[in-house]
Amino acid sequence: MSVFIIRRLMQSGAVLVVMSLIVFFGVYAIGDPIEIFISPEADQIERERAKVALGLDRPVWAQYFAFVEAALGGDLGRSFVFNIPSMTLILQRMPATLELALSALALGIVVGLPLGMYAGYRPNSIGAKAIMAGSILGFSLPTFWVGLMLIMIFAVDLGWLPSTGRGETATWFGMTSSVFTVDGLRHLAMPALNLALFKISLIIRLARAGMRENMLMDYVRFARAKGLPMRRVVMVHVFKNIMIPVVTVVGLELGSTIAFAVVTESIFAWPGMGKLIIDSIQRLDRPVIVAYLCIIVLMFVIINLVVDILYSVLDPRVRLSEARN
Amino acid sequence: MAGTTQSHSAPAVETPLRRFCRDFAESRIALLGLAMFAIVLGAALFAPLLSPQNPYDLNQLDIMDGRQPPMTMSMGGFTFWLGSDDQGRDMLSAIFHGLRTSLGVGAMSAIGALALGAAAGLVAAYFGGRIETLIMRIVDIQLSFPSILVALILLAVLGQGTWKIVVALICVQWAYYARTVRGAALVERRKEYVEAARCLGLGHRRIVFGHILPNCMPPLIVVVTVQVAHAIALEATLSFLGIGLPITEPSLGLLIANGFEYLLSGKYWISFFPGVALLTTIVSINLVGDQLRDVLNPRLQK
Amino acid sequence: MAEPTLVVEDLRTWFHTRAGIVKAVDGVSFSVAPGRIMGLVGESGSGKSVTGFSIMGLIDPPGRVVSGRILFGGRDLATLADDEMRHIRGRRVAMIFQDPMMTLNPVLRIDTQMIEAVQAHERVGREEARRRARDALGQVGIPSPEERLSAYPHQFSGGMRQRVAIAIALLNRVELIIADEPTTALDVTIQGQILFEMQRLARETGTALVWITHDLSVVASLADEVCVMYAGRIVERGGVDDVLDRPAHPYTAGLIGSVPSRNQRGRPLQQIPGVMPSLLALPTGCSFRPRCAYADGACTEDPPLHDFAGGRQARCAHPLSGATP
Ligand SMILES: Nc1ncnc2c1ncn2[C@@H]1O[C@H](COP(=O)(O)OP(=O)(O)O)[C@@H](O)[C@H]1O
Ligand SMILES: [Mg+2]
Repeated sequence: MSVFIIRRLMQSGAVLVVMSLIVFFGVYAIGDPIEIFISPEADQIERERAKVALGLDRPVWAQYFAFVEAALGGDLGRSFVFNIPSMTLILQRMPATLELALSALALGIVVGLPLGMYAGYRPNSIGAKAIMAGSILGFSLPTFWVGLMLIMIFAVDLGWLPSTGRGETATWFGMTSSVFTVDGLRHLAMPALNLALFKISLIIRLARAGMRENMLMDYVRFARAKGLPMRRVVMVHVFKNIMIPVVTVVGLELGSTIAFAVVTESIFAWPGMGKLIIDSIQRLDRPVIVAYLCIIVLMFVIINLVVDILYSVLDPRVRLSEARN
Repeated sequence: MAGTTQSHSAPAVETPLRRFCRDFAESRIALLGLAMFAIVLGAALFAPLLSPQNPYDLNQLDIMDGRQPPMTMSMGGFTFWLGSDDQGRDMLSAIFHGLRTSLGVGAMSAIGALALGAAAGLVAAYFGGRIETLIMRIVDIQLSFPSILVALILLAVLGQGTWKIVVALICVQWAYYARTVRGAALVERRKEYVEAARCLGLGHRRIVFGHILPNCMPPLIVVVTVQVAHAIALEATLSFLGIGLPITEPSLGLLIANGFEYLLSGKYWISFFPGVALLTTIVSINLVGDQLRDVLNPRLQK
Repeated sequence: MAEPTLVVEDLRTWFHTRAGIVKAVDGVSFSVAPGRIMGLVGESGSGKSVTGFSIMGLIDPPGRVVSGRILFGGRDLATLADDEMRHIRGRRVAMIFQDPMMTLNPVLRIDTQMIEAVQAHERVGREEARRRARDALGQVGIPSPEERLSAYPHQFSGGMRQRVAIAIALLNRVELIIADEPTTALDVTIQGQILFEMQRLARETGTALVWITHDLSVVASLADEVCVMYAGRIVERGGVDDVLDRPAHPYTAGLIGSVPSRNQRGRPLQQIPGVMPSLLALPTGCSFRPRCAYADGACTEDPPLHDFAGGRQARCAHPLSGATP
């Protein structure tokens, strides 16, 4: 088990090194770092001073190490717009994004898993066909347009839910989140549903395919031959086997959910890092862009690592064969 | 009676293309998708002819016509079937032109990504070794990041503009094509006819383009449909976020963004109808793609 | 002889497929008495497994038991409701499957899979159920059963897994065990051990055994009676010595002739010519006709079941001379 984790950690480290090289060359080779880190309004003297400060007069490898050092120290320049360190700015916005993304994934599982399992259990029923048609629609509907339609229906027409912002938060057990207040939940509902729509469709498909595949397996027939009620065969035997791919995919989707949160956050004015990055791109606030890039890469690597470990915990076959190697 | 003899002789002359068409037509919903796509494509191609108004000729716009609901009469004497936007632009005309832009960008980026990805995939599969490892590592790493993120970064570095978004979409998508082509080409490469062609002393180019590539087509066609839909949706999203196409060439995404602020005051049509057009486009391509996948999948063939 | 445990009368199980009706089992009758072992032999595809699943009530659409009676414990299993059948499965009739690698659920521990089999039928505590599971594992010769209980299936070899499956069948002291080629996937020494243990079990506990196999040598060493199946029908049945020494049906003779044995050394093995016809396109009359050296015009009529000395029966118009009517 620990051997497996150590090996995965080393792999993640390698990916991080590669990604830091890519970010570095993306910033330094394709773009002009002066343009990226220094405000366009800066004068010539300020530019020269910055050039030395950034070490641009030094060889490339030295620059790379300086960049890595700066990144590790969390010092990637100050935002032109907010005039605070860009890293700090992003870390301030991160909880709101994580809250949104995790709520969306939770919604995806809670809604998608039962629907998908039902559609796989009775694949020829009318209900199953309706569910599958819905999931095709869910894949095809552009997220941002659905967001607008949600606002049109629930905020404008019905007036049930607020259309912008995060609402009131509360702190419980050291966690500050809007899921702890009614106002917070009301603000969260539409953005979370909007972001979850694609995930629901995805999980429906996964669960359905898993259900159909597993129901044909010998172990299901054997479990029935033991006289188990169908409820237990499906809810314990099949469910545990379906959960392995679902958890893997859901975990891997956390990263893309955070990435796609840029759209939802922009529509619902959700104060997360996704809205921040879009604003920053529009305002050419480059230090924030670079910091976002570094953080999101790190997040992706960590997520992939955690998912792999989780997967091995869920699937005893992987856990033990990896341990043996 | 004559009918019976005919139906008996028909299978004998059935070409692969005919067989393909017949298999495809087995699904009504796929045919519906194809018909929908044909309408969308027609609207895009003949936008200038079909539109009651040239939405980008400011001389034709009248500010008095601004934000008219659907079915109102314009000052110019024609009907705003789908209403008008804040500048008095006919939404129907704007949608026709927007479809033109969206489909154009989608098609261009698909062609570019296809060329780049297919080349990379073929090189990887054909030469193997270090080149293959390098290419496939890049593909793997890129695919582990979501498309919108890659596009966002590229646009942040490159800036705005029609060509820049095409480049960004190509960079986002080439990896899918590369992976598909390599997969298919690896399978083909091991087959006997490639060995035979090599023994006959045919050059690399002849073998790759004459033999391997044609046999990679079925999976590639499926990926193309999926990716074109994807490209259109992604471009619309980026344009909606204001980091995609410039305001001079409004795609559907930009039209929808334009209507966002009026949505809150109940003027739904400025965002709603371009969205329906976008949805129709994507759904129709996906329906066709789904059926293509079934028809072209060798494992499902009877 | 005691009252039979199981009587199958004219069982027909058909699959309604797109290509047509597959009559996988078409008029099968046999019976097994307590403590006796009935061998069911035939080439693969002859309908042996479907017969077993029909008795267990585990035939899923498109398949259906279309007619016939399955008398067990004074009731006709074919007419039981799903829920009633569930209480018989695993409680009074157990089944062991062919492929031990596929029958146990890969993601559940052995104890979970055994305890649930006990608790599905009796209100016993976890500890009691676990104790019974441990005893059953010991009974089938699994070393250190207490430790093995908390292992996962993939930690067992194929032979050990099949023992676990047998142990599960023994958990509830069933009256009938249907063993569907349980030793086919195992190597010969393990097969021998398992056969020996099962034979002892039948004798000691009075459990009736239906032993499905395509291997005549297994039947010869294990069974008391034998039924020979061909294309969904029983073509010959009787005491094991009678049938194997003096087969009445040319198909039985062909099967015997194709098994290597000591007294045939030096002589070429005889193969039955041709292959079993598709169940969708069976010839009229005797379905073995196209492969039979004795076939003539009389065989285009459905041959009736002839009785022979010693209570044997065979379905053939030209029974071999060795068998006296
Ligand atoms: N689910 C099914 N659908 C259609 N045909 C089936 C199905 N299950 C079994 N059959 C058919 O029933 C016949 C008998 O199968 P089986 O009982 O498994 O043979 P065996 O004697 O090898 O155990 C086979 O020809 C098989 O094709
Ligand atoms: Mg079988």
